[in-house]
Amino acid sequence: MIVFTNVTKKFGKITALEDVSFNIDKGEFVFLTGPSGAGKTTVIKLILGEYLPSSGEITVGEEKVNKISRKKLYLWRRKLGVVFQDYKLFLDKTVTENVALPLQIQGISAAEIRERVEKTLQLVGLAERAYLFPAQLAGGELQRTSLARAMVGGPEVLLADEPTGNLDPDTASEIMKLLKEINDKGTTVLMATHNEEIVNGCKERVIELSKGKVVRDEKEGRYRRKCSKT
Amino acid sequence: MFKNLKQHIFRSPYQSLAAVLVISFSLFLISVFFLLGAGSEEILRYFESRPQLIAYLKDEAKPQEIELLKAKIESTGKAKKIDYVSKEDALKTYRHLFKDKPLLLEMVTAKILPASLEISPTNLSGIKEMADILKKEFIVEDIDFEEDVISTLSRFITNLRLVGIIVAGILLLISVLTVLVIIGMKISQRKEEIEILKLLGASSWYVYLPLYFEGIIFGWLAAGISWGLTYGLILYTTPFLVNFFSGIPIFPVSVFSMMEVLGGLFGLGTIVGFLGSFLAVIRFSRSVR
Repeated sequence: MIVFTNVTKKFGKITALEDVSFNIDKGEFVFLTGPSGAGKTTVIKLILGEYLPSSGEITVGEEKVNKISRKKLYLWRRKLGVVFQDYKLFLDKTVTENVALPLQIQGISAAEIRERVEKTLQLVGLAERAYLFPAQLAGGELQRTSLARAMVGGPEVLLADEPTGNLDPDTASEIMKLLKEINDKGTTVLMATHNEEIVNGCKERVIELSKGKVVRDEKEGRYRRKCSKT
Repeated sequence: MFKNLKQHIFRSPYQSLAAVLVISFSLFLISVFFLLGAGSEEILRYFESRPQLIAYLKDEAKPQEIELLKAKIESTGKAKKIDYVSKEDALKTYRHLFKDKPLLLEMVTAKILPASLEISPTNLSGIKEMADILKKEFIVEDIDFEEDVISTLSRFITNLRLVGIIVAGILLLISVLTVLVIIGMKISQRKEEIEILKLLGASSWYVYLPLYFEGIIFGWLAAGISWGLTYGLILYTTPFLVNFFSGIPIFPVSVFSMMEVLGGLFGLGTIVGFLGSFLAVIRFSRSVR
């Protein structure tokens, strides 16, 4: 499903990713771990087409992402769902309007939008918050809104960049439960995180990055911390 | 989209107002220059349509000699129209001109007025040549021509047109740059929103079309304001200008002409607004994938 083949990404003299290769199957749940600056976000941005690799090839499904022209990039992004640590919601739109946005962008009819948004909001438990604005929501609700927006279009791949980074442990585990439910329905989930508890609690595949290189790829991995001897 | 457009315009009202005022001022000056040019052209046409060369004939000139002279002038191909004005016709014109001054009328008879040939040239350059021919004719007492007035007016129009084009070019450039800067500022304020929309799969048209429309709406508002100001100025000055240009039929300016000006201003406003926002979008979109 998601194949990175010898991908290198450089920003001037700085190498963000170096010769990274991995293969994620359809329907898999994969944690992308590593310390800050390891290259997790760069991987996600490369899949989204925000960055072009300096060398190597990225394939998602049948699509060679690095070959998609700038003009057709928007069609590619419609097939993906994205969740960000800082939610990236429109503050002047209600929960419903935020969730409806990807469908409006695609020119889907108002009746279908209403139906799909209602269903998605129920799934994430936000039906009662549908007409509130982001400023009126708690952190967990904001991230659930962001998650609803990412999944309302029925993406094949869901990319989550530190989705629990701003949340307390209980709210984070709620979000993880939702992500697992989405994955159980067949969506491939790639989640960048450095939350040890979450990774260890889920027992899913872990790809660990360090200084832009893949240093570990385990089927049922755990979060590995560098031990410091005192 | 239009709901969003309204929101974007009113989200930063002072920026929008600044853009509209700068374009309005530019379009107002451009329309004033245009109307000055068009008015001057009308005045020139008026002078050109009148006989500009008059040959006053001696009393002893015989009809055959006058006919011969007419034929000679016609053979140059430079005369559009030649009219013979007899002493009686001259008296009629004189009486018409001074109908309010009976004292002047009492003293004048047909005898003391000369017969004349009134010649309208096909173009201004022919006047001098025909005047030279007439000067040599023994039946011609004197000649009178308005070459200086017309060539001065013609030069004035050429210069006005040149200055108008330069001023309009500078003003339009200032307007386009103003829209570019203001739409650019609005894009910077909405940079994150635009990036989110792009990540959600919005096409460039979906993201940038409201910005193009925003620029065009600035242009339309400015066109309306500048047209109103121009029309107001014309209506205000018409009573004075009618007296000043008495006899020359350029006032009052017809509503149809003003509608043409409005159409032109809307066209210019659209171009300025679109071009400014288009350049702002191009500048920004290079930095975002």
